[in-house]
Amino acid sequence: MSQIPTQSQFSPQAANTVKLSVKGIKKNYGQTTVLQAIDLDVRAGELLTLLGPSGSGKTTLLQIICGLVDPTAGSLFIDGRDETNLPVNQRDIGVVFQNYALFPHLTVKENIAFPLRMRKIAGAEVDKRVAEVLDMVNLGHAADRLPKALSGGQQQRVALARCLVYRPGVILMDEPLGALDRKLRETMQMEIRRIHRETGATIIFVTHDQEEALALSDRICLMNDGFIAQIGTPHEVYEAPANRFSAEFIGLSNIFDGTIADGMLRTNEGTIPAPGLQSGESLLIRPEHVTLTGAAEGFLSGTVSETVYAGAESRLIVTLKSGKTVIVRQPAGADIAPIGTEVGLAWAPSAVRAVR
Amino acid sequence: MAERQIPSARRFKLDPIWLAGPGILYLILLLIVPAAGLMFLSFRDASGNLSFETYRQMFGAGIYVQVLVNTFSIAIQTTIACLLVGYPLAYWLARMPETRRRVVMWLVLLPFWMSALLKNFAWMVLLSRRGVLSQILTGLGMGGPVDLLYGRGVVVFAMAHTMLPLAALTMLPTLLSLDFGLARAAKTLGASGGQAFWRVVFPLSMPGVAAAGLLVFISSLGFFITPALLGSPRETVIGQLLITQVQQLLNWQLAGAIAVMLLVVTLAVCLVYDRAFGISAVSGERGDRNSNGVFARLGRLVIAGLAWATDLLAAVFDKVPGFKRRDWLLTAFCVAVMMMLLVPVLIFVPMAFGSSSFLEFPPRGYSLRWFETYWSSPNWTGATMRSFAIAIVSALLASAISSIAAFGVARSTSRAGNLAFLMFMLPMIIPNIVIAVALFYLFAQIGLVATDAGIALGHTLTALPVVFVIILTTFKSYDWRLDQAAATLGATKTDTIRKVTWPIIKGSVVAAFLFGFLHSFEELTIALFVGGGVRQTLPKQMWDDVLLQVSPTLAAASVIILAVVTIVFVAAERARPR
Repeated sequence: MSQIPTQSQFSPQAANTVKLSVKGIKKNYGQTTVLQAIDLDVRAGELLTLLGPSGSGKTTLLQIICGLVDPTAGSLFIDGRDETNLPVNQRDIGVVFQNYALFPHLTVKENIAFPLRMRKIAGAEVDKRVAEVLDMVNLGHAADRLPKALSGGQQQRVALARCLVYRPGVILMDEPLGALDRKLRETMQMEIRRIHRETGATIIFVTHDQEEALALSDRICLMNDGFIAQIGTPHEVYEAPANRFSAEFIGLSNIFDGTIADGMLRTNEGTIPAPGLQSGESLLIRPEHVTLTGAAEGFLSGTVSETVYAGAESRLIVTLKSGKTVIVRQPAGADIAPIGTEVGLAWAPSAVRAVR
Repeated sequence: MAERQIPSARRFKLDPIWLAGPGILYLILLLIVPAAGLMFLSFRDASGNLSFETYRQMFGAGIYVQVLVNTFSIAIQTTIACLLVGYPLAYWLARMPETRRRVVMWLVLLPFWMSALLKNFAWMVLLSRRGVLSQILTGLGMGGPVDLLYGRGVVVFAMAHTMLPLAALTMLPTLLSLDFGLARAAKTLGASGGQAFWRVVFPLSMPGVAAAGLLVFISSLGFFITPALLGSPRETVIGQLLITQVQQLLNWQLAGAIAVMLLVVTLAVCLVYDRAFGISAVSGERGDRNSNGVFARLGRLVIAGLAWATDLLAAVFDKVPGFKRRDWLLTAFCVAVMMMLLVPVLIFVPMAFGSSSFLEFPPRGYSLRWFETYWSSPNWTGATMRSFAIAIVSALLASAISSIAAFGVARSTSRAGNLAFLMFMLPMIIPNIVIAVALFYLFAQIGLVATDAGIALGHTLTALPVVFVIILTTFKSYDWRLDQAAATLGATKTDTIRKVTWPIIKGSVVAAFLFGFLHSFEELTIALFVGGGVRQTLPKQMWDDVLLQVSPTLAAASVIILAVVTIVFVAAERARPR
């Protein structure tokens, strides 16, 4: 394998070409298994997020992919080559670390030039490439500063630039926006999308923030307890959650459990229509699909127990007689029922999803 | 699917704790083995049979018992004095804005690194019959020449003066890590200033106080410079006894017995401390201990009493006009303490440039004659050169051993890391004089007594704790993800060390080396025993001269030591990364 990735490796490749393939990778620390034999294909040029709560194994998987942690079993293929045992510094991979890991004794320019120097690239070429990426992340003016003189967002850009400059085949990002405040995080999400578009790089992005995952990804790989819970586009994962964990982790959800009989779901709260539900499945209805009706008119009825005004929308919490709460989302402009109002809950049958 | 196991060679990794191996071996060979040998010796008679004769002798003779009593009571008094004065100082430093503290800290750190010999010599000159204080009193017509030396009071005073920076610097980390917002919170909950301090701040700072007490007490046990210079025969302590018994009479049995006793006491104190706070508090870490025992309840009672007394005092002071704000009292006290730490030593500078044939302050005329005497004396110049050489060698050795060991301990996930840390702290916990006698005992058998190598090996040993801690702190705060980042960016292991790790830690390794140098350059106890009166280091030369006669040449030598110490200290502090 060539140490220096060529431009062609970096350019967008035909969709569905597998760039990186994880086959049966497993990790144990002593008796505890943090990663259960995982299979995952990452396509060339896509931005895939590894999404999951802390302890779900996403960071371990990332570290195995970049070679900082050895897997207990399984193999890793990059461009069809088995690179499971390849040392970190010989993999064609770039990593943006959680806290950036910028070298504190080197200036921005020197930080970015570091990977090029390690690849013994000639001085003029180094200067040219560093200037290019500095432009790309809008940091041309800060080239000679030390990392500690930069703001969090700027450090983030330097880390990104340091990774982009040597055009690795795969870029891994470990919760890179976790330390930034909300506004800056949203700006950086746009930046990352732009850079992803412009470079066509394959990016694996680790986050525990489902909104970030929905906003950024081509595909989401949702992880839980060392397993992959679901892989799919943001739309698929949100609209068709494969299981209860997916439904609850991504977006807000109302789930009703009960027994199915004659297309109806018999629950503690009452009997509700359950089109297409199989025995053993529960009913999922997203809060934005629930509409308020008169107390006697809906599928279920309850009392408004809390209202949250959030500008573009309002959220109501309706407590049913059984004590179960249902979340209702209303767009801006709708009248907010005052606390204590008796209301009925209804929804279009097409909005119902079945989950296990 | 079939699980493919990763080849085991890749997964098998030696825990880095093994890098502490050379250092631990060094400590075992040069400290534990000879100390144990010496202690065994104390249980044997002349023909090598098991016997308690030595102990019978030691506890039978009134003189020995008196010396033991002296040693312990002086150590306890010194410890109490250091805590009482050191706590306000540390508290004051901890409350300071960071930028100002950095500056003020120098005034505490510099006296910390100034040799005990120098400080005590200063008091000897200041307080003697012909000394500065006596002259001032005479000049003011307050009676004839007074002799302030040679008593219990002056011994405890000067010893506390010597140990005070150690006490304050040990307490400081605990106070710095303390959240003073808690005191504010206590006040919003209705506590008065005094109540908030005694019930919140003070209990939380106890681990630091105890650590300081522990270190000062242990250091005081083997300390002989102050009693020898400023005390009367009634203040004779174990250290002096050991010097005569070992150096002149080669009474190894007695030396062993004394070593046993000092070690037993030290270990007992450490154990009590560990039970109460956890030994890691010595390095500023906070152990979480909660107790409801008799001591804890007694402690709360005492605190309640102190808080009440403070409130009462505050109420009284509030009635005094213009005394409503009392913050300046603490500042005034601490400034006075820091003056006391520095001024006695700085007084040497004008005296060394004096022209008269005895030490006087202020000097009547100025000349360089005493420096000329110093430079033209082969004794002094030889000792100076030797001290430099030994200091460089032992600092190099200590920083090399410590660097690899600290790397191992910092990177290790094994529990043996704590054990290795404790091992490296041993030379600080075992009284210096015991180490010196044990080394003398070992070197006497292998022909290293009265050699420069012997002294250097000894200084390496006693420099290890401070050098190790400085480097370990750096490695512990080092962000190892930088190494990972370098690897993902394509750097090999060597590249990573050369281009990333070393440039970042370089400063503190250099600082550790310089502090190791300082330690050796000023060390007296080991030089005294291992040097065997032949290989004179600069402090040893001073020691011999002080005992004979106080001459202005000594002041000149002091100024030279002071200059070297100040320069090296400043260099070390500057090299240290912030």
